[in-house]
Amino acid sequence: MPAEAVRMEGIVKTFPGVVANAGIDFSLFFGEVHGLLGENGAGKTVLMSILYGLYQPDSGQIYVRETPVRIKSPAVAIRLGIGMVHQHFMLVPRLTVWENMAVGWEPRRGPFLDRQRMRLRVKELVEEYRLEIDPDAKVEELSVGEQQRVEILKALFRGAEILILDEPTAVLTEQEVENLFSTIRTLRDQGKAVVFITHKLHEAMAICDRVTVLRKGKRVGTLPISQATSEKLAEMMVGREVVFKVKPKPVPKEGKVLLSVENLTVHDERGLPAVRDASFELFDHEILGIAGVEGNGQKELVEALTGLRTPRSGKIFLLGKDVTGASARDLSQAGLIHIPEDRQATGLILSFSVAENLILGRQREDGFALGPFLQLRHRIYAYAQEAIRAFSIATPSPRVPVQNLSGGNQQRVILAREFGRNPKVVVAHQPTRGLDVAGMEFVWEKLLELRESGCGILLVSMDLDEILMLADRVAVMYRGEIVGIWPKEAANKRELGLAMLGGKVAAR
Amino acid sequence: MRLVKELALVGVSLLLAFAVGALVAKVSGLSPLAVYRELVRGAFGDQYRIFQTLTQATPIMFTSLSFLLAFRCGLFNIGAEGQLYMGAFFGAWAGFTFVLPPYLHTAVALLVGALAGAFWGFIPAWLRARRGTNEFVTTMMLSYVAVYFTSWLVSPRGPYHGTQWANQTVRVLASAELPRFVRGMQLHWGLVIAGLFALFLWYFLFRTPRGYEIRAVGQNPRAAQYAGIDVPRVMILSLTLAGALAGLGGAAEILGTHRRFIEFFSPGYGWDGIAGGLIARAHPLAVIPAAILIGALRAGGMGMDRAGVAPSDFVTLLQGIVIFFLVAPELFRVFRRLRRERRVLVHSQP
Repeated sequence: MPAEAVRMEGIVKTFPGVVANAGIDFSLFFGEVHGLLGENGAGKTVLMSILYGLYQPDSGQIYVRETPVRIKSPAVAIRLGIGMVHQHFMLVPRLTVWENMAVGWEPRRGPFLDRQRMRLRVKELVEEYRLEIDPDAKVEELSVGEQQRVEILKALFRGAEILILDEPTAVLTEQEVENLFSTIRTLRDQGKAVVFITHKLHEAMAICDRVTVLRKGKRVGTLPISQATSEKLAEMMVGREVVFKVKPKPVPKEGKVLLSVENLTVHDERGLPAVRDASFELFDHEILGIAGVEGNGQKELVEALTGLRTPRSGKIFLLGKDVTGASARDLSQAGLIHIPEDRQATGLILSFSVAENLILGRQREDGFALGPFLQLRHRIYAYAQEAIRAFSIATPSPRVPVQNLSGGNQQRVILAREFGRNPKVVVAHQPTRGLDVAGMEFVWEKLLELRESGCGILLVSMDLDEILMLADRVAVMYRGEIVGIWPKEAANKRELGLAMLGGKVAAR
Repeated sequence: MRLVKELALVGVSLLLAFAVGALVAKVSGLSPLAVYRELVRGAFGDQYRIFQTLTQATPIMFTSLSFLLAFRCGLFNIGAEGQLYMGAFFGAWAGFTFVLPPYLHTAVALLVGALAGAFWGFIPAWLRARRGTNEFVTTMMLSYVAVYFTSWLVSPRGPYHGTQWANQTVRVLASAELPRFVRGMQLHWGLVIAGLFALFLWYFLFRTPRGYEIRAVGQNPRAAQYAGIDVPRVMILSLTLAGALAGLGGAAEILGTHRRFIEFFSPGYGWDGIAGGLIARAHPLAVIPAAILIGALRAGGMGMDRAGVAPSDFVTLLQGIVIFFLVAPELFRVFRRLRRERRVLVHSQP
């Protein structure tokens, strides 16, 4: 029997209006990877934040190494050997890897930082855990995956025996996920206790020894991975059998070109070409998937198509009209809508109410304003009530700030707003990123509804499964180029995967 | 609910400030009791003193509104002082140059003052929106330019040196004066105008599409851009209007209180506006009590000085302490927001 690292008993934590943890039990052993699985808002992060001292539980008891403890702050947690790697990294980009270790923990020699000792210790750790990072590299020069390993290194450097990873794969590419998993395995083999927070089933299946499933702040169950199947875990997560796949219905197409892109080249912030000579057409009743590894020009392509970035050369036609360089406002009035990639930073104004967010971009429309002089608030609220009902947005009232809503409901606010504008063309950029199963299904169904009603949808996604499930045709982007476009019937995962990684492909 | 919380916060801040002030008074060998008695008496002791408080509060109301309008758009207008001076001089200029019937003359002079202030707000606004220049720095620097430019205008070598005994313009025509409420007291209709503008600004920010856009840009410029809002234009508009409000305040102060432009006439009303806007938590209606509070500190402080219970240095110190405690909670919030935004920026581009 391995030694117990952590035991949490009956943890209760409430926030105004929300019970985040309703009496959760949790245990963790040294030498195991314990998956904490659940939909967004199930209470995973809150539970682990309590363990890391970021929140105080309302009631419940925590034992670390079988000793009852009160973890009043992260400093206490660190002293107990607990480390946490957050979704957002807390690194200083300008400093080197080993200098980052020193932030908050400086070995002294007299009044000075003992640089030599620090550097050596960091080097040792990198080798011991095979982290494959250069201690002398500047953090800003590292990839996201490497930065994440720096965060892990930081925790180890502070003497962490118990490591909490909060949705560590959310920011990584497939290859980086593999690297992370091998790091995690090394940590486990060295006897560390690892908590792996995720809402992705296959990841939990791939890396964890045991899995605890949370739902709505309660523990549904804990089971060893040998007894778990994807279906079983999914059922535990959402409390019902989930149909994973939605199925696009065959619909007759008129063959009308809704959006046409010709030899488009777009530069990024540094003035380097991010989209190179891209051409494609989007037809009615169609979902065109744009697959590719993140960072291959998708962001710039979407921004150019939606009026947020001026293309360097090439042409964009919307419903036959040249709209190259048109503003976001003109485009949305012409029937092109945009589901942005980052809903919190771009799609919403978090401090604004749900109702205010529902009219963002439409604040001057006749139904919502009387010329420039008056907002018709009763109309706005009536419309908001309607949208909340139609899109099943879970909110106590339209006056609640949208930041109080869960991720899935925030996305519903955006969908309700954008789909309410009678779109002809939809540019959906990672529309299901970070959503739970129910939220994903909702988005998929809505996209398919639009497709059936005749819209052309450009679905830009990093998730190949999502694209293969929904798209009529699949385009692959690699290094800014559209390297090929496959009709659904001809697309297979292996070939697309190869194209995404820059392998040679057959003609389009 | 939020209102109650904010009011409680203000109350606690005030108590803390007065406690610290009492301590400082004690240490300085003054009687805290006498100090506060004179402060309150100086500010609210009789009709004259109440009117003095309100006279002081009037320009602060305008500059506070100026600060908060830009602040709501995510901009820091540190230069209300300069916009106030521009408005004051050109308001006076219109007052002694044009010949118009009463009231109409006043309205025109106020408008000219507002336009001058607007121009002084437009310059940093344009630089910020089109060139990305930090408006914090430019508004502050331009503030000094305005103060000394207007001073030069009325200096012995300047074109508008109106009287021999002081650097000031000639008196504005009677038709341009802002009427006072009571003979012999400086309090004038500018107070009512300021109150109306507070109301108007509340309506503008929270009940019009343009106000919505200003708040959207202030809260999340990226989302505003995504939503098709012309972010640079909205920024220019709000900082220009902020300048207009400060300029209007300057013109009203001249036409109502001094009746002529005097160099260095403002004891720092523009700077008080920053405090006023922050104490009001950037809410237009809350500006009214916030400005009156600062006005009371000013007027009461003068009373303390006159009554001889404390030297003027101590009065200034006490004012500083009170304003610091009132502003601090909001300031912390602002800094926290700035830091968070910076962090988001750092990490959204790995």
